[in-house]
Amino acid sequence: MSIKSRPRYSELELDIKSKRHIVVCDKNGAAAAQRMLRTSNVAAANTTVLVIGPGADKEEAGAFESMGCDVVMASPTIEAAMFRLDQVFAKATMGTRIYVAGIEGLIGQTVALAQRYGVKPMSVRQQHCGSLKRRVQCVHCKGVTEDVTTQIVTCAHCGVPLFVRDHFSRRLGAFMGVSADAEEAGVLPPIEEVFR
Amino acid sequence: MSRSAPIAVVVTAVEHVAQDIKRFSMQRADGQSLPHFSPGSHVTVEMPVPGGHKRNPYSLMGPLDDPHTYQISVLRVLQSRGGSQFMHDAVNVGDQLQISEPFNLFQPESIARRHILIAGGIGITPFMAMTQRFAAATIRFELHYAVRSRSRAAYADVLSAQIGSHVHFYCDDEGDVLDVRKILSGQPLGTHLYVCGPEGMIDAVLNAAREEGWPEEYLHCERFTAAPSGEPFDVRLVRSNLTVHVPANQTVLEAVEQAGVDAPCLCRGGACGQCETAIISHDGALIHNDHYLSDDDKASGEKIMICVSRLAAGTLTLDL
Ligand code: FES
Repeated sequence: MSIKSRPRYSELELDIKSKRHIVVCDKNGAAAAQRMLRTSNVAAANTTVLVIGPGADKEEAGAFESMGCDVVMASPTIEAAMFRLDQVFAKATMGTRIYVAGIEGLIGQTVALAQRYGVKPMSVRQQHCGSLKRRVQCVHCKGVTEDVTTQIVTCAHCGVPLFVRDHFSRRLGAFMGVSADAEEAGVLPPIEEVFR
Repeated sequence: MSRSAPIAVVVTAVEHVAQDIKRFSMQRADGQSLPHFSPGSHVTVEMPVPGGHKRNPYSLMGPLDDPHTYQISVLRVLQSRGGSQFMHDAVNVGDQLQISEPFNLFQPESIARRHILIAGGIGITPFMAMTQRFAAATIRFELHYAVRSRSRAAYADVLSAQIGSHVHFYCDDEGDVLDVRKILSGQPLGTHLYVCGPEGMIDAVLNAAREEGWPEEYLHCERFTAAPSGEPFDVRLVRSNLTVHVPANQTVLEAVEQAGVDAPCLCRGGACGQCETAIISHDGALIHNDHYLSDDDKASGEKIMICVSRLAAGTLTLDL
């Protein structure tokens, strides 16, 4: 499958010129973020970490704290995290670099939020870690369905079977879903699990 | 890329706006409206100077509300190749000039949360249209304008009257210092920085920002580097099968254009990369004056930016 507008990711690299670092990661991305921070012995002391996932406040947050990160926060879900991240961005000044490591949905939403603060998507350093689960927006009802692993998924909002396109909207941090039986009502291609 | 046809314009006003600075207003010779331009754009003015045509880029200052008029400001530069002196001494109301279509290499970033504009002297020109637009759209910005002396502060009165609360003036001979670090400190995430002025100032501002950890993608500059003159030499154009003489006061690009060869270019200041040309051979030393090629590229002797760079003497053979 060729995925054209999908963002490309590489390994996170520390911006050594930055005065401060804001690191957003989920449990899958925590190791990548820690590896990056370890490449410098001064970075952690100037780093705000927001780690996401159930129980992240206990395990991963502790690991970042013991590395010396000066502000460590944890949120159980991406939604809750975005609320806190909004406050972090609102106070951040120039000379700050933003990093995100985790699943595509987290990357997409972090980039979209940063963009509202005047940060270009290319300015956010990104590393994809973990599942390829997609966040899909139904083009018909605009509802967003999370954690999609199958090609042909039922829209959680309007119930239409959706074909998940490879078109990724950076603004929404979501892939586009279009009605799968538009050609011939009721005729659906087989459902396959493809985004793991 | 081949250039679009030049536009014939008539000079409708010439005003002395500050020491050594004149403002020229122009309208299309055929009375039609001029192409729309976005703040930050420049046009190239062709100057039929004796001893070889010159083309200099000038920022369009406005007016944003009159589709029939363009305004540019020209600083008289004594040790230049003569373009600005021609504008000052020989161009009067009613004269015809040829200009290029506007092109924008200094576009404000649309998603920016705040814009910081730093101007040195004549570097104020691209910011005239930009600040008008920002003020009208209530976009957050601040302008820092440094001049050598009050008498050189073109448009200071207009700026104070229209956008006074956003402008900070610095007069060198009155002891005001533009403290870049102070300006940069505490700026919110998503602030973009723009600088236009003398070479040394641009570099100082950009370097200060880099040291403060500002990523490259937030830094913008417009360099209207006057292409230095040098010794005369010859250029052999292999594809066009022509040999062109480049006099001391002309650039390779101007000489080639005068010979009727359409060479790609945009900024004419050694910054944009458009005019990069492959060198086939050269029998004199290359003098690279651009900001575009890497040091390795310059050392390789394989490429040249023909808008500003030249040969010390001899013949330069180009793939053009
Ligand atoms: S025209 Fe822009 S570098 Fe020469």
